[in-house]
Amino acid sequence: MSSKDVILGRVRAALRDTPTPEPVVRDYRRSFPAADLELLVDRLVDYRATVHRVAADAVAASVSGITGGTVVVPPGLPLGWRPPGALPDDGLAPDRIAAADAVLTAAAVAVAETGTIVLDASPDQGRRIITLLPDVHIVVLRPDQVVASVPEAVARLDPARPLTWISGPSATSDIELNRVEGVHGPRHLHVLLLER
Amino acid sequence: MRIALFVTCLADTLFPEAAKATVRLLERLGHEVVFPVEQTCCGQMHVNTGYQPEALPLVRNYVSTFAGYDVIVAPSGSCVGSIRHQHPAVAAAAGQAGLAARAHDVGARTYELSELLVDVLGVEDVGACFPHRVTYHPTCHSLRMIRVGDKPLRLLRHVRGLELIELPDAEQCCGFGGTFALKNAETSAAMLADKMTAVESTGAPICTAGDASCLMHIGGGLRRAGSPVRTLHLAEILAAT
Amino acid sequence: MTTFLGMPATAPRGVGHLRGDEPFPRAAHTALADGQLRRNLRHATTTIRAKSGRVIAELPDWQELRSAGSAIKADVLSRLPELLERLEARVTERGGVVHWAADANEANAIVTELVRRTGAERVIKVKSMATQEIALNEALEAAGIQPVETDLAELIVQLGQDRPSHILVPAIHRNRSEIRDIFLRAMPGVDPGLTDDPPALAAAARRYLRETFLSTRVAISGANFGIAETGTLAVVESEGNGRMCLTLPETLITVMGIEKVVPAWTDLEVFLQLLPRASTGERMNPYTTMWTGVTPGDGPQNFHLVLLDNGRSAVLADRVGRQALHCIRCSACLNVCPVYERTGGHAYGSVYPGPIGAVLSPQLTGVEDNASLPFASSLCGACFDACPVKIDIPSILVHLRNQAPHPPAEKAVMRAAAYAMSRPRLYARAQRAAKLARIAGRRGRALPPPLSGWTAARDLPEVPRQTFRDWWAAR
Repeated sequence: MSSKDVILGRVRAALRDTPTPEPVVRDYRRSFPAADLELLVDRLVDYRATVHRVAADAVAASVSGITGGTVVVPPGLPLGWRPPGALPDDGLAPDRIAAADAVLTAAAVAVAETGTIVLDASPDQGRRIITLLPDVHIVVLRPDQVVASVPEAVARLDPARPLTWISGPSATSDIELNRVEGVHGPRHLHVLLLER
Repeated sequence: MRIALFVTCLADTLFPEAAKATVRLLERLGHEVVFPVEQTCCGQMHVNTGYQPEALPLVRNYVSTFAGYDVIVAPSGSCVGSIRHQHPAVAAAAGQAGLAARAHDVGARTYELSELLVDVLGVEDVGACFPHRVTYHPTCHSLRMIRVGDKPLRLLRHVRGLELIELPDAEQCCGFGGTFALKNAETSAAMLADKMTAVESTGAPICTAGDASCLMHIGGGLRRAGSPVRTLHLAEILAAT
Repeated sequence: MTTFLGMPATAPRGVGHLRGDEPFPRAAHTALADGQLRRNLRHATTTIRAKSGRVIAELPDWQELRSAGSAIKADVLSRLPELLERLEARVTERGGVVHWAADANEANAIVTELVRRTGAERVIKVKSMATQEIALNEALEAAGIQPVETDLAELIVQLGQDRPSHILVPAIHRNRSEIRDIFLRAMPGVDPGLTDDPPALAAAARRYLRETFLSTRVAISGANFGIAETGTLAVVESEGNGRMCLTLPETLITVMGIEKVVPAWTDLEVFLQLLPRASTGERMNPYTTMWTGVTPGDGPQNFHLVLLDNGRSAVLADRVGRQALHCIRCSACLNVCPVYERTGGHAYGSVYPGPIGAVLSPQLTGVEDNASLPFASSLCGACFDACPVKIDIPSILVHLRNQAPHPPAEKAVMRAAAYAMSRPRLYARAQRAAKLARIAGRRGRALPPPLSGWTAARDLPEVPRQTFRDWWAAR
C-alpha cells in the first residue's frame, strides 16, 4: 500500500462523523474605489523605496540618472525605455547578471494599499533571476496597472505564471524585530511611476 | 428588581467583604438581593485543570440552583465567563443536551457586576464616594472572555472623590490563571512581578479589579513584597459612601 | 477489514523536534533566571506588538478577514483528501513530482534520496517549520549532505549551534551584540571589525551566503500555501533568501504539511492580507514567490513536492483540537503571550513554541509525550484575540488538559473538592474547616507542595472569621 493511501486513509478516518462546516462568508471588502496613486507612493516610500514620477518618454533618461553602470533588461522591454548600453537578457549566465549594477523591468500589477509590485515574468519583466541578483531594481509602472487592494491584484494575476510580489527592497526583521533594509535581494528599489 | 447573588466560592470563603459590598450596593440602588443557599462553586477550577467530568455535578448544581431566577449576578468576570461559556460545553461533552440547553439559558441570565449595573440596571453613577487614588486592573476573563470593555472604568469615573490613575500595560495578565499559579509557579511569579511594578508605578495606594482571584494573587504579592498598596474589589469601592 | 488503511497516527518518537527533554516548568526555570533573555524577549515582543497593532488598525475589515480565513481553513480540513488529490494532479500536470510522507522518517528518507540522486553534497534551505519539525537537517548531515540555512535568523541559530525559539524569528532570544559575537566566532571569512549595527550584520550575512546561493544546485523549502485549484505553491519571506532558493537552483524540493493546502487561487486574497500584518507587522512582507510546477527556462527545472502527515491526521481526528491545523505560522500568539514573553521558546521543547505550540505539539505527538504543555498558559486569552485565523487556543488548552495524565494526589484533592462542592451542606461544613488554614496562612509561612508554589512569591489571604454564607444567615 502506498503512503498516499495510508495518509488519505488516516485523514478519512479522522474526518468520520464530521459535520459539514459553515459556508465561507466573504463579507470583507471586495469592491474598491479607483487606486490612489498617492497612497501607493506613500507606502513605497515607507518601505524606503525611491519613487520617481516620470513621463513615458523619459524612462531611459531617468534610468541613466539612477545608475551609470550596466543595466540588465528583459528581452521584451520596450526599446524606448532602455538606457544606452543596456544588457538584454538572452540567457545570461548568473554571474553576469550578478555583476550588473541594476536591472530594469516593467511590472504586472501594483497594490496601492500595501505598496506592492507584482512581476509575472512576462517578456517585459523577464526571468525571475534577473530581478534578484543585481543590487538595484528599477521598475516601470503604468498608472493603469495600479489597483487599490490585494483582492484586485489576485484577480488580475495568472497563477500559471511564476509570480514575485515585491514590497520594498529586501529587508529583515530578524535582529530584535526591527526592520533593516538590504539583505539578499536588491538593496535598492526604484519605482518609475509613469504620468497618466 | 429581584437579583439572585452567586457569591462564588472564593468570595464566600475568603473575600466575603466583596460579596457583602455587592449586596449593600444593589440594595442601596433599590433592588432585592436573594441568596440561594444551595449554591456552591461554578467548577471553573475543575474544568481548567482538566477535570471536566468532575465538574459536571457542579454545573448541574448551578443550573438547578439558579434556574428559577431571571437575573443572577456574580462579583467575578472569571466565574461568569465559566458559567456562560464552559457550562454548556461541559454538559454537551457529557452527552447531556438538555442540561447544556438549560446551562446556556441560565448562563445568559448571569451577569458580572459591572455588566449588571451598566447593561441591565442602566446605571453608571451608583452614588458611591471613595476619596482615594485608585488604579484598575482589567482581569483577563472580564476583558477577553465576557468583554466587559470599559464598563468598570465608567462606574469608577462616577465615584465621588475617586482619582482614577491609568495602569501601564493594563491588559497584560497578572499571572494568576488558577492552578497555573501552582503548576507554573515561577512563570506566574514573573508575570506578577511585572504587574506589581506597573501597579506601584501609578503611585495609587489602591488597586482594584472585578475578580477576587486575581486580587488575591496581586495582593498576596504586594503584601509579601511589603508594599503599602492595598487591593480592593470593585464592589467594595462602588458600595462605599 | 479496513483497519490496515490506518487510523490517524501521531508523530513517531525518536525523530524530529516535537518533544522537549524536560517538562515546561523545569525548562522555564532556566529561562526565567536569564535576565538578558528576558530583556531581549520583552524588547522584541513589545516592538512587534506595537507594529502589528498599527497596521491591523488600518484595515476596516480585519475581523471579516479573520472570519473568512478561519472558515476557509475549516472548509479545507473538512475536505482534505479531495483537495490534496487535486493539488497533486495540478502539480503533476505542470511538471512537478508529488511525494507522500506518512511521517518524519519517510519524509527525511524521500528528501535525502532526491538530493542524493542529484549528486549534490550541499543544499540551501529556506526557513521552513516543517523541515525543522522532522529534523531534516540532521538526516541530511547523516547522509553526508550539508544543509545551509539561508534565513538570517536561522543562520544565526545554525552558526550558534543553538535551537530556534520563535516561529518567525528563530533567533529572537539573541540581541544584536550576541549576534555579532556568533558571527565573529563562526562565520567563515567574516570581517573581524564587524560592529553590532543591524545593517552591518545583515550585510555580513549577504556576503557570506552570496557565493553559496550561486553555486548550490539543490534547494529545500517549506510552503505557506498550496493551492489545490491551480497547483500553485507560495512562500512568503522578507530577505530574498527565499527568492534565491526558489529561483537559482536546478532542483527544488518543497516539504509541505498536508494542512497547508487551500482550495482556490482567490483564497490568497484573504491570507495575503492576514499573514504579513499579523506576523511581521507589515502591510506586506518584502517578497512572496508563487510558482506552479516547472516553468521552462525560468527557475528550477526539477520540482518535487513532499506532502507530510507526521501526526496531522491525529490532530484532525480531534473535533475540538483540529482547529490548531488552521495555523498559518504567523506567530502573533507568541508575540502577545505573557508566558512566552517570560520564558522564551526553548522552554516549550518543541519547534512550535508559544500558545500555538502548546496546543499543536501535544496533539502531534500525543498528549502523553508533551503533557506539561497544555498547562503552560494562564488562559488569559490574548492569543485567541491575536490569531488571524481565530484559533480558540484557550479552549483547546482546556480540552487537552483533560487528556493529560494527572498527578495522583491532585486527582484525589480535585475529586474530593468536586464531591463536596456538589453537595451544598457538605460544602458549607468544609468551608468552615478552611478557617483552620488561618494558622498556615500567616504571613510568609511556607506550605507543602504544590501550595508552596503559591507561598514562594505571595502571602495567602487572611481567612476571615465569618464566611459570606454565615453572614447572610445571621442577617
